[in-house]
Amino acid sequence: MTDKLIWAFLVGGSLCAIAQVLIDRTSITPARIMVIYVVTGAALTFFGIYENVVKLAGAGATVPIIGFGYSVAKGTIKAVTEKGAIGILTGGLTQTSAGICAAILFAYIVALIRNPRSK
Amino acid sequence: MAFKMTNKDYDKLVKKASPNSKLLLDTSLAFVTGGSICVIGQLLLNLYLKLNIDKETASNLTSVSMIFIGAFLTALNVYGDIARFGGAGTLVPITGFANSVVSSAMEFKSEGFIMGLGTKIFIIAGPVVVYAVISGVVCGILKYIMLIFGG
Repeated sequence: MTDKLIWAFLVGGSLCAIAQVLIDRTSITPARIMVIYVVTGAALTFFGIYENVVKLAGAGATVPIIGFGYSVAKGTIKAVTEKGAIGILTGGLTQTSAGICAAILFAYIVALIRNPRSK
Repeated sequence: MAFKMTNKDYDKLVKKASPNSKLLLDTSLAFVTGGSICVIGQLLLNLYLKLNIDKETASNLTSVSMIFIGAFLTALNVYGDIARFGGAGTLVPITGFANSVVSSAMEFKSEGFIMGLGTKIFIIAGPVVVYAVISGVVCGILKYIMLIFGG
């Protein structure tokens, strides 16, 4: 249990540190870095690599945005295996629906009751 | 020696020394902040699993909890303060995704709830969702072909 926490810290921290180096040292915009992370997550999942990172680091691998790509790819591959071609279209968002729905819902509620900090 | 240095020389010296130390500081802060956020995620996941919630639901609940935390801190205008020193450590975790959606929703509601909030809620997070979906479809097609050929 403690091992998982340490690995979560190290792997999650490293993924963030790499992004920070890219932001400071290259002209790649944060938005592009996030997209690169997500696509990398999907690709590593397809090749069966990222599942091992998740097994080792748990939330350290799934909480960073690269884990979003992992979830989408994992969900799609599972759905295609179980239900055939329709899974190509259903799998990705089914796996990630809780997160996307929660983000929209919480954002909507916050927007109803709070105003942005005046600049 | 030092008092003979002109301002220009001094600037040169500062420029030579500071990028590296700034990079080291930024990166360390991103590492610690991002790592800590992931540890919170892992603690929540451990808690949900201890409550005998099945693995898939527990991981869904962890994502939702982290998104809630990100949304809550954004609502209190605290997330931006953490982001100021945490940098990519607050951007990369799913709490940063929540922050971008919530702050866009708050910002653009002034342009109306339909055409403002409704259209611009994903103005920052949109690319991530679009390219995640497209990557997923590509993975699905490749997997489907592999299954056909007995992969």
